[in-house]
Formats: sequence, C-alpha cells, structure tokens
Amino acid sequence: MKIKKRMTVEQFSAWFEVMRFAIAIFIAFAISFIIMSFSTNTPLEAIGNLFVGPMTSIRRFSTVLEALIPLTFAGLAVNVMFKANQFNLAAEGALFMGALVAAILAIYMPGPPVLVIIACMIAAGIVGSLVCAIPGILKVKWNCSEMVVSLMLNYVVLYFATYIFNKVARDPDSAYKASYSFREGVQLGNIIPKTRLHAGIFIVAVFVVLTYIFMFKTKWGYKLRVTGSNIHFAKCAGISVAGVIMSSQLIGGFIAGVGGSTEMLGMYSRFQWSSLPGYGFDGVILNILAKENPAYIPVAAFFVAYLRIGADYMYKQSDVASEIVAIIEGLVIILVAATAFLAKYRHKMTTKVSKNLLEAGGAK
Amino acid sequence: MESMIQAVFSTTFLFSVIRVATPLILASMGAVITSNAGITNIGIEGVMLTSALTGVFASAYGFGPWFGFVIAIITGVVCSLAIGYASMSLKADSVLACIAFNTMAVGGTVYFMYAIVKDKGTTIALNSGKLPSIEIPIIKDIPIIGEILSNHNVVSYIAFFMIIVVYVLLYKTPLGLRIRSAGKAPNALSSVGVSLLKIRYIALGISGVLGGMAGAFMSMGYVTWFSKNMTAGRGFIALAADAMGNSTPIGAALSSLLFAVAEALSYSLQVTMIPPELVQMLPYLVTIVGLVAYAAKRSKSEKKRKEKLAEE
Repeated sequence: MKIKKRMTVEQFSAWFEVMRFAIAIFIAFAISFIIMSFSTNTPLEAIGNLFVGPMTSIRRFSTVLEALIPLTFAGLAVNVMFKANQFNLAAEGALFMGALVAAILAIYMPGPPVLVIIACMIAAGIVGSLVCAIPGILKVKWNCSEMVVSLMLNYVVLYFATYIFNKVARDPDSAYKASYSFREGVQLGNIIPKTRLHAGIFIVAVFVVLTYIFMFKTKWGYKLRVTGSNIHFAKCAGISVAGVIMSSQLIGGFIAGVGGSTEMLGMYSRFQWSSLPGYGFDGVILNILAKENPAYIPVAAFFVAYLRIGADYMYKQSDVASEIVAIIEGLVIILVAATAFLAKYRHKMTTKVSKNLLEAGGAK
Repeated sequence: MESMIQAVFSTTFLFSVIRVATPLILASMGAVITSNAGITNIGIEGVMLTSALTGVFASAYGFGPWFGFVIAIITGVVCSLAIGYASMSLKADSVLACIAFNTMAVGGTVYFMYAIVKDKGTTIALNSGKLPSIEIPIIKDIPIIGEILSNHNVVSYIAFFMIIVVYVLLYKTPLGLRIRSAGKAPNALSSVGVSLLKIRYIALGISGVLGGMAGAFMSMGYVTWFSKNMTAGRGFIALAADAMGNSTPIGAALSSLLFAVAEALSYSLQVTMIPPELVQMLPYLVTIVGLVAYAAKRSKSEKKRKEKLAEE
C-alpha cells in the first residue's frame, strides 16, 4: 500500500478512517465465516447468499429501504441525546410509545386522513419526548444514572403500553393479539407498486437534514455539542447545562416518537407489537458506525438493514440461522469503537506523511 | 383483595422470592465487583445469557449438570475477559463494548442453538438436566421457616454464600483493597507499582464467575432449558441493584431482594383482578423508584455537607 507523496495529514486521516472501517468489516466477516463453516457444509454459498440476497429482486431490495426507515429514526434520536453526552437508551421506549399513540389516533380520530396522519406524528413525537425526558429529569435533578434508569424505563413503557393497548385498542375478534384496523386512508401511501416501501422514507430524509442543520448550523446545536464534549467548559461559558441536556432529551425523544408513528402508519394496518422491537440499541450501534455524525446515519442504517435482509435470505436458502448478523454487527462495532485498533499503524503513517510533506516543501 | 393478601403472606411466596432473587443476587455481586474497580459492566446481561447456553450444552453433551455448571462459569470468565480486552486493551468505550457484546450474545446464542438443536426458540428437546435441590437437615423440620428456606436449588445457597464471599473479598483482603482503589484512586494504585490493567482484568474475571453462575442457574435450576433471550434484562436489573446499593455487597443484595419481591409479587398477583401488565411492570418501576430515592438521599446529604463546609 503506497501512500501518495503529497497527501496531507487531514487527507490521510480521512483515508485511514475509511480503510479502518473496511478492515473492521472484513475481519468481522472472516470470523463469522469461520463460525459458519462449523455449522454448514457450504459456508461459501451461505455467505454469498448473504451478500447478494437483497439484490435478487426489487421487492427484497425495497425491504432493505423499509427497514432503514425506523433504524435511521432511532439512530438520529440516539444521536441528539448522545451528543449531549447522555447515555439515554429510552429511545426504544419512546419509539414503542409513539407507535402505540399513532395507532390509537389512527383508529379513533375523525377528520380528513391527512390531518389525522399529521396529528398522529405530532402526538407520537410529544409522547416520545415525555418518555425520554424522564431519565433526563432524574439525571439533571438528582444525578441518577440515565443509562440504568432508561434501561428499566423501557420495560415499564413496554408493559404500560401493553396495558393501554389492551384497554383501548385491542380487537377482541382478532385471532392474534392485534388492535382494530386503522381508519381507511390513514396510512402512509406506497411509493413503489408491489412493494411496501412507503412515504416514510421522505419523512426520514427530512429529519436527517433537519438534525444535521440543527447540530452543525445552529446556536442550539453548538451549545449542545459543547455541553456534550466538556460540561465544565460549557458551565464556565455561561451555557445553562441542565436546560441543554433536557432539551436534547426532548428532541431525541420527539424524533424517536415520530419514528414509531412512521413505522406504524407505513408498515402496518393494526398495532401488533408485543415485545420491545430493539431499536434503542440499534440506534447506539448506528451511531458508532456513523461516528456520531447524523449525515452518515442513513448510510450506517442501510448497511445494517442490508445485512439483516441478506441474512434472512441466507436463512431461507442455506439453512444458516440469520442471527449470525448479530455476531457480525457486534464485531464490527467493537473494532470500529476500538481506538487502539490499528493505532500503531496510524501513528507510523502519520509521521511518514508529515515527513514527506516537509521534504516536498513544508506543511501548510 | 383477600386472595391477594393470602398470596403474599404464604410460604410459597417467600420461597419463590428466594428462587427469583438467586440470579439477581449473583449478577449484582458481579456488578458490585466491577463497579468497585471502576468499570460499568452492562455486559453482565450477555455473560449470563451465553453461560446459560453453554451450560445446557455441556450438561447435555458432556457429563451432566455439574459439568455444565463449571463450563458455564468458564464461559462467564472468558466472555468477561473478552469484554475487558475490547475495552481496555483495544481501548473501545466500555459501555459500547458491552452493548456490542450483548448484541452478539442475544443473536449468537440463537445462532448456535439453531446450529446444534435446529430450534430457534428453546433447547427443551435436549433434556439437559437440573442442578440438585438441597434439603437442609435441621431447618427443614422447623414448621414455617423450613418450608421457606429448605429445598432450594443448590445455586440459591451458593448465591447467598457469595454475598459473604464478595464482602470478605472486597473489605478484608489485599486484592479487595486493590480492586476498590482501581475504582476510587487508579493513580494511587499505579503509584505503588500495582498494574491497574491487571486488577481490572481480575475484577472482570471474578464478575464473570458470578455471571456464569447466574446464567447456569437460569438454564439449569430456574428452568431446565435455554430459551431465546431468557435473561430478559436481569443483568440490567443487577446493574440497577448495584447502583441502588451504592456498590456495597450487602446493599446490592438487599436491593436484589427488593426486586425479587416485586417480581415474585408479579407472578402471584397474576391470579387476582389486577391487570397482569401493570403487575409485570412492578419490578422495573420499583427499580426506578428505588434508584431515585437513593440518588435523592445522596444529593441531599451532599448538599448538607456542602452547607456545613460553607458555614465553617
């Protein structure tokens, strides 16, 4: 691997990050491949199916995009909370609660469908905010660990939501545990015929842009980032730290709630979740992969969604359990999050690049 | 209402409290050790899950439940050290490393379960056996106490014994002092020539032993099979118990018992008129309330201390 003579240190860093990702992914796949070869006689075929699976038909590829939508919402929600240095994992509960509230409104609220959809999303967002605010308040007021509280809170939300669902929305005539059907027209329309890809993809795109602008182009976002990176400095600079932390939890919760409603109105015609969907932890995973940059979260979500859909295809074709992706994901995360991984190489190469620059006429 | 009171004040209820508390106590002891060493170990959830699975396999394909128990403990240690390797030697953020490990554990256990028994739900078909229950000679003949305390799974007794072991280890041995300084004053530890890394690895190893036992109890005592995601957040509850007990063994054990009461209550109240979901919510709600109560008390006493200092 030869480095170009005139590469600056910044260019090298960017290039190095990409390469580090590639190596991490490669190692994760290699280890998973070894694991797979113990349980199947045709590991090559299996992993091949994993790679090409989502590409085999338009329908399958669109499922990747469908799966990407809630993942991206979760990633953005966690992003806003993480940037304030809060390990709040309640995005999970916020998404669940948002989905339920949207479903209830979609069943009962009268009026033109478009208005109902908008009301669903706003209500879901507000409820999501309330859920994520709880760990925030407890942290700001009494310095409770937001991580532990939010882990417990997710289960509280799950059972509370199930209770509300049984009381208010459950259809007793349904053969399985499901709510009444949503009202006619209260759904996000499909945008490609014969698939389930829905208009939620536009909504999520809007949220990605808004989050990015909020984070990097507004005063609020700047305050948030300062608070997250150095709370003492933020205090000294006169930022009301508690207010910033609270608002970041509220915004994160709002995004998660809207995500829940989008998923519900886009993919379902009845509410039928009976366990936590796991998007909270997925959101954390995406943030590690995206280096906590909202602009990269959809890319990371695409990667994760592609892997999971590919794994489902592999399971159907090759009889290797699709859960192998969890191992791949975990390994990638550890390697990407591991700051010492390839650090020596980086150090050596940075020195070399700088030396080359000096020889070529001095660094800028 | 009457049936509710009857359900709570019965010997079977108190018996089930001890049963339910067993994995929580073991796991929270593991959390106590690591948090004293300055590590937030939410990986204990994944450690329990992985050990539960390997225990079942070792028992079914190896030499019975006790062999499974040993393998589960070894698995716990290996997993814990792997988390330590990722977070300390590879320098990944420890919470992120733990989340990654938990993800791998939830998926990986299902993957291996499917690869070996061709079932994604449970290993019920394996007939993997159960660790024995023990009758305590004299106590079993005492009328009420005997019914509550005797005839538990052997791991339950080990769990209560472990509270003492962890207490002695932390406060009465040189290693315990080192573990506590690794959390409170890592620089002081290095300054006297003790390797911080080594102490933290040892702490993780011990928490792996305890997590492994908790996992073994789940799949070879609590029930006699492994099922998908069977720990269901118990590792997280253990972490909460540690936080509520201020990282002391006795405090964490009492907190674990409190959650166990709430959980056992949720089982016995399911026969009453109270909606089951609200009852199931109870253990988690109790945890949050307990955490808040503890944190509020602490911040109040800190305020008082500061005021006192200001007056002087």
